[in-house]
Amino acid sequence: MTYIVKPKLHHPKLPHNKLGFTHRDYEGKVSTLCAGCGHDSISAALIQACFELDLPPHRIAKLSGIGCSSKTPDYFLGQSHGFNSVHGRMPSVMTGANLANRDLIYLGVSGDGDSASIGLGQFAHCLRRGVNMVYIVENNGVYGLTKGQFSATADKGSKSKRGASNQDSPIDLVGMAFLMGASFVARSFSGDKKQLVELIKAAIAHRGAAFIDCISPCVAFNNHPGSTKSFDYVREHNEAVNSLEFMEAKQEIKADYAPGTSALVRQHDGTFLNLKKLAADYDPTDRNGALAFLQRHQAAGEIVTGLLFVEPEPEDMVARLNVTKTPLNRLGEAELCPGSAILEKINAELR
Amino acid sequence: MSNGTTTLEPNSREASDPAGAHARGVGLPPTDIRNPDYFHKVVDCQWACPAHTPVPEYIRLIAAGRYTDAYMVNWKSNVFPGILGRTCDRPCEPACRRGRIEPNPVAICRLKRVAADNKDDVRGLLPIAPAKKNGKRIALIGAGPASLTVARDLAPLGYECVILDQDARAGGMMRTQIPKFRLPETVLDEEVGYVLDLGIEFVGGKHIDSLKALIAEDFDAIFVGCGAPRGRDLDIPGRKEASANIHIGIDWLSSVSFGHTTKIGKRVIVLGGGNTAMDCCRSSRRLGGEDVKVVVRSGFAEMKASPWEKEDATHEGIPIFNYLVPKEFTHKNGRLDGVRFEKVKAVRDEKGRRELVPTGEPDQHFPCDDVLVAVGQENAFPWIERDIGIEFDRSGMPKVDPKTLQSTHPKVFFGGDSAFGPKNIIWAVAHGHDAAISIDKLCRGEDMNDRPPPLVNLVSQKMGIHEWIFDNDVSLDHRFKVPLRDQSVTLKDIRAEVELGFDRALGFKEAQRCLNCDVQTVFTRDLCIECDACVDICPVDCITFTGNGPESDLRKRLTAPAENLTQDLYVSPPLKTKRVMIKDEDVCLHCGLCAERCPTGAWDMQKFLLDMAQATGGKQCRHG
Repeated sequence: MTYIVKPKLHHPKLPHNKLGFTHRDYEGKVSTLCAGCGHDSISAALIQACFELDLPPHRIAKLSGIGCSSKTPDYFLGQSHGFNSVHGRMPSVMTGANLANRDLIYLGVSGDGDSASIGLGQFAHCLRRGVNMVYIVENNGVYGLTKGQFSATADKGSKSKRGASNQDSPIDLVGMAFLMGASFVARSFSGDKKQLVELIKAAIAHRGAAFIDCISPCVAFNNHPGSTKSFDYVREHNEAVNSLEFMEAKQEIKADYAPGTSALVRQHDGTFLNLKKLAADYDPTDRNGALAFLQRHQAAGEIVTGLLFVEPEPEDMVARLNVTKTPLNRLGEAELCPGSAILEKINAELR
Repeated sequence: MSNGTTTLEPNSREASDPAGAHARGVGLPPTDIRNPDYFHKVVDCQWACPAHTPVPEYIRLIAAGRYTDAYMVNWKSNVFPGILGRTCDRPCEPACRRGRIEPNPVAICRLKRVAADNKDDVRGLLPIAPAKKNGKRIALIGAGPASLTVARDLAPLGYECVILDQDARAGGMMRTQIPKFRLPETVLDEEVGYVLDLGIEFVGGKHIDSLKALIAEDFDAIFVGCGAPRGRDLDIPGRKEASANIHIGIDWLSSVSFGHTTKIGKRVIVLGGGNTAMDCCRSSRRLGGEDVKVVVRSGFAEMKASPWEKEDATHEGIPIFNYLVPKEFTHKNGRLDGVRFEKVKAVRDEKGRRELVPTGEPDQHFPCDDVLVAVGQENAFPWIERDIGIEFDRSGMPKVDPKTLQSTHPKVFFGGDSAFGPKNIIWAVAHGHDAAISIDKLCRGEDMNDRPPPLVNLVSQKMGIHEWIFDNDVSLDHRFKVPLRDQSVTLKDIRAEVELGFDRALGFKEAQRCLNCDVQTVFTRDLCIECDACVDICPVDCITFTGNGPESDLRKRLTAPAENLTQDLYVSPPLKTKRVMIKDEDVCLHCGLCAERCPTGAWDMQKFLLDMAQATGGKQCRHG
């Protein structure tokens, strides 16, 4: 870990966003993860995305479970709310928080151990409930904190640092997200920040369950030949289906692509996703077609990245449940405890 | 590097890039860090210093409380640390990287003084001239900083050096022109003494009136370091009639210095905006001048005086009036009673040149008792015969090779202000070092155009995991002000030094502001796995991994725009992904976080130490 304090001095020409912040204002503490950890790049991408979206840090809540990935919320958005939950239980906490205050932006940060092993059930349920959130799994295929045992997302046949081969089938979190009804599904790579930042921005703007599976090489235990989650392997097998440009308004579209090579998706909140097609036969609004494409390419050993699925008009949990628009913490005593007469009325309706 | 002492580690396997952008002529070539200039330029202060003093090296020594060592690093490079620590023109400070990140650079000059003030006795560390001389005799004309430097470099090699000066004591302009309230005589005597004690013969009170005669004497080389001794006059109406109260600035300062002049009128006007003018007005304040003003032709911002010297004058209650051109010295009954000025303004002519034109307003008259004229200095060589092989250019300056300092006469060298016109002490020192090398080569029959290279060393600062030899915790303090002596004392006594200097505690804090720019970020392409850790951690966003391209295009698309074109981009050979690593050197804090967060050691912090070649450098400047 690093003991040097990151100096507050910054580049004199650093751009400021609409709130007057530089990207440095969205930082957290200096990372205590191993030097070169892919997770740190994801933290940097989150910082960049929040800076570019002009988000007020106090309107964001970061939630995580246990593991290397779940330590990272300490390393970004130092001015935001945070909750470090029990192992694998972050989705429940996030669901509850969402019910209590639908106004905040929720960033669920988890890892392959936290979400694909101990928290697999929680993971599935918060997606199927359509919790309005960005759920990022920092996926490195190993248990880094306990010295590199295979995790549930390790590919069959991939090798550990000591040379042992993984015999179990991997859990494909992207495939699960499709099946559980997530309305925004993406996969990215910590080594491709350009792609990752745009995906995070689009996911934050998305009002529904947005899931990003981010492959994040573990430099200490899973960055060797034989690993399928190393920098080299992912770079070699990365098949991006599209290149995304997130835009807050339609007039910002600059690139002029040939017809049929680009698609414009209008999101519910008025933002636009400008998708430059890289795979001609890929349609990210077709859930079944996309799933089939993914399985086909996965079988061929390719790592498909990009915006894999988006539902332009999603429905989220608080809308389905008709939850009060005013967060609970802003309701007064009179609204929260309307008195015995109202209770009587409710009870009478249920008899 | 031909001398075999360099331990630069080359960027391993600088492979050609046949498929890459560079080969197609559209990208930048990989940076050759084996060229000593590359990392030398990154050490902005050292690069800007004419004598190339290793500034961060001595600042670290000050922070470590090793004042004597810090002093010796300076003494080796610039010969007069105590003097320069008070009077240097500080080209290093405007260059300081810190000044590009926050408003003020490190107070490099005043830290030099901290080393000088707090050192122990250094006499045991100074070189000793050999008892047995090498049989070569060198004459040095003028005992200023240039000649003293030449003598210091040559005497330890066995040369017999004879310094000739018109004044009784050595020091040149440092003694005659710099007021004692800026440079106490004790400091000057000490450092001039270190040089003269090397067995140098000083002949004071000796006015040279013929170079021809000197050449005829038995000298192997002659060095002319006589400065720019003539103050420019101002020939306007009334000059002759009122001459009793009109003084030439540098002559007057010299007369004050020797105690011949001890008072001046109550109302004084100083004409001119250079550092001499500032010394004149401040000296006047101490010799009875109550209403002292400086009047300059052009604007306040265009004045030649260093900003801090203008500030010091203003601080002593001296107003500076600008855009006033002197027209006439007015006088009554044969006695000066004022100066009449024409009001002007600056306009650009059609070619964009700035010129001063009258505003048409009525002239302004300032009454006064005395005028000091400090409108520039000139070189004067009436004592150099024009038929002895020394050629002069049209402006009356000798033709001097800027590299070797040799004139058109093979045995005669020039340095300091007498070589290229008025500059400052640190330039004179730099010339002195170069001339000494030339003289040494001349005397040994070598080609003086074959200049010895600097000694360069590049050493990793890593001690262990997360342990570095240098202190990389970047201080957030702003520049500390040098404490001053109270004006109730300084304005009454012209010998009372105004600046008290930093004490040790303040010196330590100011030293901590240094960014250690000499501890270089060295990148090894073959070790990089392109994990982006360095990009993410860099506090000043100076690292980018991107496709190569033309420099103008690259500079725009880096993590933070690289708009300072005077600062280089450090470009790696192509990486596995065909991209290149580009580091903008401009505002790098040298904090070491890139190396700290690099999982493979592709980044390392390596201390770059460059020692300029000097005649005394022993083997270094002598091939073979």
